[in-house]
Amino acid sequence: MSDISIDARGLTRRFGDFTAVDAITFEVNEGEVFGFLGANGAGKTTAIRMLIGLLEPTAGSAMVAGHDVATEPEAVRRHIGYMSQRFSLYDDLTVRENITLYGGIYGLRDSEIAERMHTLLGRIGLEHARNELVRKIPLGWKQQLAFSVALLHGPRVVFLDEPTSGVDPITRRRFWEMIYEAAAAGTTILVTTHYLDEAEYCDRISIMVDGAIAAMGTPAAVKASFSVSSLDEVFLRLTRSGVVA
Amino acid sequence: MTARSEGHAVDVNGLSKRFGEVRALNDVTFHVSHGELFGFIGPDGAGKTTLFRTMVTLLLPDAGTVRVLGLDVVNDLWALRSKVGYMPGRFSLYPDLSAEENLRFFASVFGSTLEEGRDIIEPIWRQLEPFAARRAGALSGGMKQKLALCCALVHAPEILFLDEPTTGVDAVSRREFWDLLDRLRAGGLTVVVSTPYMDEASRCDRVALVQKGRILLTDAPAVIGAQYPRPLFAVRANDRLAILGLLRRFPHAAAVWPFGEVVHYTDARTNSTSELIIRELSAFVAEAKMPNVHISVTPAGIEDAFMWYMAQGEAA
Repeated sequence: MSDISIDARGLTRRFGDFTAVDAITFEVNEGEVFGFLGANGAGKTTAIRMLIGLLEPTAGSAMVAGHDVATEPEAVRRHIGYMSQRFSLYDDLTVRENITLYGGIYGLRDSEIAERMHTLLGRIGLEHARNELVRKIPLGWKQQLAFSVALLHGPRVVFLDEPTSGVDPITRRRFWEMIYEAAAAGTTILVTTHYLDEAEYCDRISIMVDGAIAAMGTPAAVKASFSVSSLDEVFLRLTRSGVVA
Repeated sequence: MTARSEGHAVDVNGLSKRFGEVRALNDVTFHVSHGELFGFIGPDGAGKTTLFRTMVTLLLPDAGTVRVLGLDVVNDLWALRSKVGYMPGRFSLYPDLSAEENLRFFASVFGSTLEEGRDIIEPIWRQLEPFAARRAGALSGGMKQKLALCCALVHAPEILFLDEPTTGVDAVSRREFWDLLDRLRAGGLTVVVSTPYMDEASRCDRVALVQKGRILLTDAPAVIGAQYPRPLFAVRANDRLAILGLLRRFPHAAAVWPFGEVVHYTDARTNSTSELIIRELSAFVAEAKMPNVHISVTPAGIEDAFMWYMAQGEAA
């Protein structure tokens, strides 16, 4: 088994005449926290839909968790987790019901679900709220729960879409510590975010502009290559040329 | 512009508001001066929207007084409503009307017209005009936000309330939006804005940090950082998770948090010096055989202050 969890080579997607993702090439190592950045419309979402096996590439290839996204999309989906702040959990189900539902979807046995539910709730301190509707629990807990649920089946790669917006700075940092713990245990994490101060928490980042990767490296290296002190500045330099509509 | 009312643009004293069990606002007191760009910084659920809805006369206070432009939000609401501009957090324009139709509608609600309001919205409307005929629902996030700002401004209000105007928009659009607010403030308009993003605090004249219905502190952004009660240290190491755990085991640790590529450390003691703390920490990490650790003094920012006072509040 290789140490590379995501290996995209010339990955391309066209919609008619429009090239949404233009031959992107990058690797993410096992246990790495990789920030996937770009302005709205830069092609991030299209790229991620290909990486999670929901959209076929027009050209190029990508291996995710050891499987080809074009020829083995179902195997890819079995080995990844996905969390989006808005869509991962069912508000009208309780904490316990959500975990049971996802455990079932991922094909876990009842005994496995029960055991993992116990560990998971203990870790994030939500035991007392197991029968609460998800709608009623605070946003910070909801995010930690959604992340834990995305990890429930022991995926090798987890995709986090805008995971921490709107929470207080302490809750946000607790969340990042959960991400670091998962990464230290060997899970590869790919995070998208609009907030560039957030990107500084990643091991490495890439910034997409007009479908292509315009910068990639550790946050420090990317800042150094533009001789600026913040990723915000890098982002503005890269995107100001193509002013938004 | 009409003559300015006496006193502050906003005066809030002892404001409390409850929704059933939830204390949304708990004895909130502050003022906003005329011509100020004032920011409320706090997470979702801190009470920002309740506060904004009260200031624009859409909610009644349970206790306390709220005066805007010298007018009481309860007794003088009709006089006040035409003087305030309000951009709610959720997109609240008519998606099936065009950009221009929305603008004409909001002008007419206040007995004005697009033509009358044109000068005020000019710099923003110029960017939007190419899309004037597009359905509002079909605009990009950044453009929706600018249209909403135009709609809140077109009747020439004396004060503008913007509730989380930059949530969900990308970094470029956020920056442009704050540039627009700068321009409005330069024109003399009082602007009150809320945001969950700490990095936007520096764009305000003064900010109030809010958490769980209370104001933690109010001051100029630079002052808030400078008044952090202890020296703050940035600790850089190859393994962030390991250094976090290690520093938290240091006997004098008061606060240890990841902060981008580094970890921020605050010591519990008030009677030590930065040099001494660095020497002790260095010895501590060397004893744990943690390689490549760099420790330096770093200036505290809004987030550091927010976390410090938040933790104090929870401990109290």
